[in-house]
Amino acid sequence: MKKTFTKFALAGLMASTMIGGAAADDDTIKVGILHSLSGTMAISETTLKDAMLMLIEEQNKKGGLLGKKLEAVVVDPASDWPLFAEKARELIEVNGVDAVFGCWTSVSRKSVLPVFEELNSLLFYPVQYEGEESQRNVFYTGAAPNQQAIPAVDYLMNEEGVERWVLAGTDYVYPRTTNKILEAYLKSKGVAEEDIMINYTPFGHSDWQTIVSDIKTFGSGGKKTAVVSTINGDANVPFYKELANAGIKAEDIPVVAFSVGEEELAGLDTGPLVGHLAAWNYFQSADTDINAEFIDAWHAFIGDEDRVTNDPMEAHFIGFNMWVEAVEKAGTTDPDAVIDAIVGVSVPNLTGGYSAMMPNHHITKPVLIGEIQDDGQFETVWETSGTVVGDAWSDYLEGSKDLISDWRAPLSCGNFNTATGKCGGSGS
Amino acid sequence: MSFLKSFLLFLFLLASPALAQSDPETLRPLINELAKGKYAETEQQIGDLAATGDPAVAPALEALGAGDLYFRKSDGQVFIAEKDGKQFKLTDPLTLEAQGEAGRREVKKIKVNNKLRRVIRSALGSLTLMAPDPKVRIAAAEAVFKAQDPGSIEALDTAIAAEKDENVLRVMQQARAAAVLNSDLEESEQIAAVETLSEMGNREALSLLIGVRSSTQGAVQVAAAAAVTKIEKSIAAWDAAQNIWYGISLGSVLLLAAIGLAITFGVMGVINMAHGEMVMIGAYTTFVVQDLIRTSAPGLFDYSLFIALPLAFLTAGLIGIAIERGVIRWLYGRPLETLLATWGISLILQQAVRSIFGPTNREVGNPDWMSGAFELGQMTITYNRMWIVVFALLVFAGLMLVLKKTPFGLYTRAVTQNRRMAASMGIRTPWIDALTFGLGSGIAGIAGVALSQIDNVSPNLGQGYIIDSFMVVVFGGVGNLWGTLVGAMTLGVVNKFLEPYAGAVLGKIFVLVFIILFIQKRPRGLFALKGRAVEA
Repeated sequence: MKKTFTKFALAGLMASTMIGGAAADDDTIKVGILHSLSGTMAISETTLKDAMLMLIEEQNKKGGLLGKKLEAVVVDPASDWPLFAEKARELIEVNGVDAVFGCWTSVSRKSVLPVFEELNSLLFYPVQYEGEESQRNVFYTGAAPNQQAIPAVDYLMNEEGVERWVLAGTDYVYPRTTNKILEAYLKSKGVAEEDIMINYTPFGHSDWQTIVSDIKTFGSGGKKTAVVSTINGDANVPFYKELANAGIKAEDIPVVAFSVGEEELAGLDTGPLVGHLAAWNYFQSADTDINAEFIDAWHAFIGDEDRVTNDPMEAHFIGFNMWVEAVEKAGTTDPDAVIDAIVGVSVPNLTGGYSAMMPNHHITKPVLIGEIQDDGQFETVWETSGTVVGDAWSDYLEGSKDLISDWRAPLSCGNFNTATGKCGGSGS
Repeated sequence: MSFLKSFLLFLFLLASPALAQSDPETLRPLINELAKGKYAETEQQIGDLAATGDPAVAPALEALGAGDLYFRKSDGQVFIAEKDGKQFKLTDPLTLEAQGEAGRREVKKIKVNNKLRRVIRSALGSLTLMAPDPKVRIAAAEAVFKAQDPGSIEALDTAIAAEKDENVLRVMQQARAAAVLNSDLEESEQIAAVETLSEMGNREALSLLIGVRSSTQGAVQVAAAAAVTKIEKSIAAWDAAQNIWYGISLGSVLLLAAIGLAITFGVMGVINMAHGEMVMIGAYTTFVVQDLIRTSAPGLFDYSLFIALPLAFLTAGLIGIAIERGVIRWLYGRPLETLLATWGISLILQQAVRSIFGPTNREVGNPDWMSGAFELGQMTITYNRMWIVVFALLVFAGLMLVLKKTPFGLYTRAVTQNRRMAASMGIRTPWIDALTFGLGSGIAGIAGVALSQIDNVSPNLGQGYIIDSFMVVVFGGVGNLWGTLVGAMTLGVVNKFLEPYAGAVLGKIFVLVFIILFIQKRPRGLFALKGRAVEA
């Protein structure tokens, strides 16, 4: 404790004296980890920090990178969005890291974007997000809406015959944008206005009685109904408890969630929830050798057989391996060289296929739909036959359907408007 | 005629168990088929099993629906398997005899999804309509109701003719009505079915009738439209009642969270930002108790909350006393410093819990008597909410008793009303302060036991309640427990009446604005304290 304190004090001193100067030692390559270890988001992000430490340790066992050892630099932005930007700056300027793995919420990512652009460093962002963004210095290893939300809705429509939709979410940018995309998509599929119910709740909402009863009422409209949930982590436990107690079974009104993974279910008795769905690009239950190895390594690293693995961990696994491969390909950790080298890099994912980095800095992923089981795991009931390319700009929103992103020369643009033929066209 | 029918039925009843026992082996190939193919094939196979009409396949289908049906990889035999440590205990799905054990890698689960579970449910429904247990028959009829399969009318007619139990009979007739509406039977039958559903009068019936209204013509449509209007009217009235119940239930949660604060803040005047963390500590005590029970005495699980209550009170109370003795007593009369210090304490406690138990949610299970719901007319009341209302009122009554009828309560009131006079009468005021703070914290701890049943057990649990608690105490009137009760219930009901119109986010904002305006008008809250204590 005392040691970290002196380290921080030193870091502060260094920041004031040598802004811009790289403080990296020559014998190690530094990797920054920017995840909240305290505050509301610690529940999700602490696991990712541990996963990164494990990946770095394993890489060092394999001999490091470019003949040097990797060194993890962990900072705690404490679930405080402006602090994310400060800590990112500290990582790059003071600690001289070559790449940063981190952020969870979209608002924290938005807060660090200008820092990475200004200091020209690399950020690997491992969480599913609302899309509508493509930045030169950021690599989005989580799912874009077309790699999670749209296939899930397709599944419900085709396999379960759902005709009425409840879009329930927490009131912030990810659910709002995702629901906007979904609403446009559903309408394009001929779903009528009155068959879509949209509902937002505050962060950490705990009294779900009214909403669950509204869902029940909405579901008794004579058509098969499903709930598409973008409810944020913490509020899910009381939501599912209320669902179970109100007797809403998955056979009658299935709930498909985009933010509920193995980790969130760990706080729940999943017996009454069997059959409710989640859409991800990875489940711990994936039956492959590489996944079994990963889970064993994770249990050994964390020293607890009961800890689960989840989708954002897989995203870090893919992102880290892509970065390692790109650095080896470029022969240097220089950000510009890595940005050029990483496009097209393809590494194994944990579900038995390969994921590749696309020119829009999103990756290819398989989409899996899983049903909750009574042991807290998911069972894959449907998956795409191949991988799906992440689409930065949704095809279903007015302002973004003409936009494409390609960071390769000569285009080198994150929001190229194909209608006007100009870079930076943000709308129709 | 009817005599002949019931006689035939009697024969059938006699024959069916005999049938089941005589030829399990003819069914076996059908059951073993389940080991092959994917979802589409499994659906077909379930249909084949149901088509045998033999109740002997029911256990296998039930196990399949529950995800307990496995097949052995070596010979493709299907078994009901139950996990027993690292092994699976195998049971024959037809004879229900034990068949030894198998390792985890030797057997493979037969996968089902929601669609298959629905198919299984309706197949089981028509198979178990004649089961001896009335509960099973009701469940079967409900399953048939949901399936709305015209093919089941025949089975229902047979079952209805044999049924003696009024309740079961009613559900069966409703199931028949649902199936009839989906069939091409003649108009008079359809209208009679609409009548039956109209009398049923709940949301499920409404859902069916809305479907009928839009898919039929002529007299049936008219009847369905009339029934829909009638049901909608009665449901609207029930909805209002349901809303009041939700309000009371939310109010009881607010009351539980606030009642400890009503003592530390209301009676003692300490702005205690660490109050929410006392609630959290209570919830974590419940987790620890349940964890110990799970590993050492699983039989006690249903009593875990009763065991946790006194422990949570003691743990939170002792921590409260330690905080009072260690920090707060140096800061009496300096509200700003108290606020900052207790806020710091709340952060320390949160991080401590995070370091000890980890940042992720901990699972606190609901005992059986706290799970599920019952119907009161068209209202659904969940058991956990109901017990929390009861519990909140009990805690309130208990606290009132302590403060009004015990010597400790007398001392507390004396100290808060006139500290120097109380001291001159020989009351050790510092100890009363510590004990009162301990009492407030302890009450917060037992609130945590109750809240662990409906909310996340995570280090952030307390943060969600601290603002609401202060709101309730200030609104109700500082220093007055009755004010806290009325304040909590009012805010709960107002919130729940606003929510359907304004949505959860805006509803909360409206409540806050309302309180701000109210405090402008009555700065001392609903029930203002009068007398010397206020001036002091």
